[in-house]
Amino acid sequence: MQRFLNDPDDLVDETVAGFVKAHRDLVHLSPENARVVVSNFAPEAGRVGIVTGGGSGHEPAFIGYTGRNLVDAVAVGEIFSSPTAKSFADAIKAANGGAGVAVLYGNYAGDNMNVKMAARMVAKDGIEVATVVANDDVCSAPATEREKRRGVAGEIFMWKIGGAKAATGAPLAEVQAAAQKAIDACRSVGVGLGPCTLPAVGHPNFQIAAGQMEVGIGHHGEPGTRVEALRTARDVADDMVRLVMEDHALPAGTELAVLVSGLGATPVNELYVLYDRIESQLAGLGMTVHRAFVGNYFTSLEMVGATLTVMALDDELKALLDMDCASPAL
Amino acid sequence: MTHIPNSGQAAIIEEVAEVIVANKAWLSEIDGKIGDGDHGSNMAKGFGRAAERIHGKDMSLDAAMLVLSDILMSEIGGSMGPLYGLMFEDMAEAIKGRSEIDAEAFSAMLNAGLAAVQGVGNAQVGDKTLIDTLVPAVAAFDAHKDRGFAPALAAMAAAAEQGRDSTIDLVARIGRSSRLGERSRGVLDAGATSCCMILTSLGTSIGKRLA
Repeated sequence: MQRFLNDPDDLVDETVAGFVKAHRDLVHLSPENARVVVSNFAPEAGRVGIVTGGGSGHEPAFIGYTGRNLVDAVAVGEIFSSPTAKSFADAIKAANGGAGVAVLYGNYAGDNMNVKMAARMVAKDGIEVATVVANDDVCSAPATEREKRRGVAGEIFMWKIGGAKAATGAPLAEVQAAAQKAIDACRSVGVGLGPCTLPAVGHPNFQIAAGQMEVGIGHHGEPGTRVEALRTARDVADDMVRLVMEDHALPAGTELAVLVSGLGATPVNELYVLYDRIESQLAGLGMTVHRAFVGNYFTSLEMVGATLTVMALDDELKALLDMDCASPAL
Repeated sequence: MTHIPNSGQAAIIEEVAEVIVANKAWLSEIDGKIGDGDHGSNMAKGFGRAAERIHGKDMSLDAAMLVLSDILMSEIGGSMGPLYGLMFEDMAEAIKGRSEIDAEAFSAMLNAGLAAVQGVGNAQVGDKTLIDTLVPAVAAFDAHKDRGFAPALAAMAAAAEQGRDSTIDLVARIGRSSRLGERSRGVLDAGATSCCMILTSLGTSIGKRLA
């Protein structure tokens, strides 16, 4: 393992420490909890607060989306491990401007439990909490069991839309509905070419053999639906578009937001190679790309691979997506 | 003896923590086969910190369990933080204020812990989780408690081990390893294994104080 490390036990604290120093114009550490990153623009009296949280190792997610018209406070967990209920609760308190808080997070067992407990904790302080659980990863469960699907990079669109809706001054129920609509309009797929290593463990926790790829891989190396010979970027892009769009069943002429994210160790130029083909294929299906995002938006330590997320837009989602925002990652 | 005093028992939790910390690498190794391999380090961190904080303190068993619970819930997170955190919180609540812990009190404690885990998680027996250890262990204790505290503890430990081993042949249906489907069969569940360590070491520690 060749990594920039001190003591693996200190990795998350040191990540957060560096992050808040580098982005002090936008974010700061909660004075109450060293595992909560807060936007400099929060809380705002009368505006719905937006909170998320998740394990570390996905940077710039989750902390990178803290900022103006985006996420107000983020609970930070250990590497690939849910934040504590207390951190979620402290993030909710930090985001609370008196109009309630929407917690927008991904569908993982630990996060589900800790958010549920956090909502119970802050109820004592009279803070109203609404939740939206992202489940955009098409390969993690069949369409008939959408509630079992994992949340992946579609979470970024969910935060963007939720944050923008809150910025319009909408009440909690409307912010929740907009974030729910955003994630319902998202479908994602991941393709892995190489594994990742938790520094505290020291060796990869799964393997992808040389010359192979894993289609449908999750953000923590959860197994995909197929392991097969690595094909050309063109073929992989076609496969990703097919998996996402077959699940989506959108009418021709739909406007899309498209996000291609590296998983940590894929050269960014290769993401553009994928995107070139992805946009052509989407055009071939009669779709129009309204906005594209290509880069390392939601990673998995040093995993080699990429994810594709497609969000179908209507007028409301388009306006909220295009609203100005400021955060380290977006 | 039929009971132990509740006061001055911080060492029991220290001994449980010692077992968890000693098995850090083993728990991570099991977890690494179908999870992300950090169960041992997270558990050792939580239990180790609890042991440090209660060391040398004159504490009742419930007070020591509350310290452990608080650390698991406020410093560890993941899935195991809330599950074990709530388990120990409600176990502590069940024996709070008692001057002694006999088989009845211990049974109430176990059942409260089980109810807490079932309240926050949704796992059933057979889902390949710590429930596969906890449910039969609690049932075995209750079935044997009329024969005395020590024999009931022995029955609990035996059932916990059997429950842990039952997870080898199971396919995970909940939590991160459930994403593996059939590929999760053939290995122990890390949570069922750590739960077995907690129960057996608790039984051993109390058992030797009963003798």
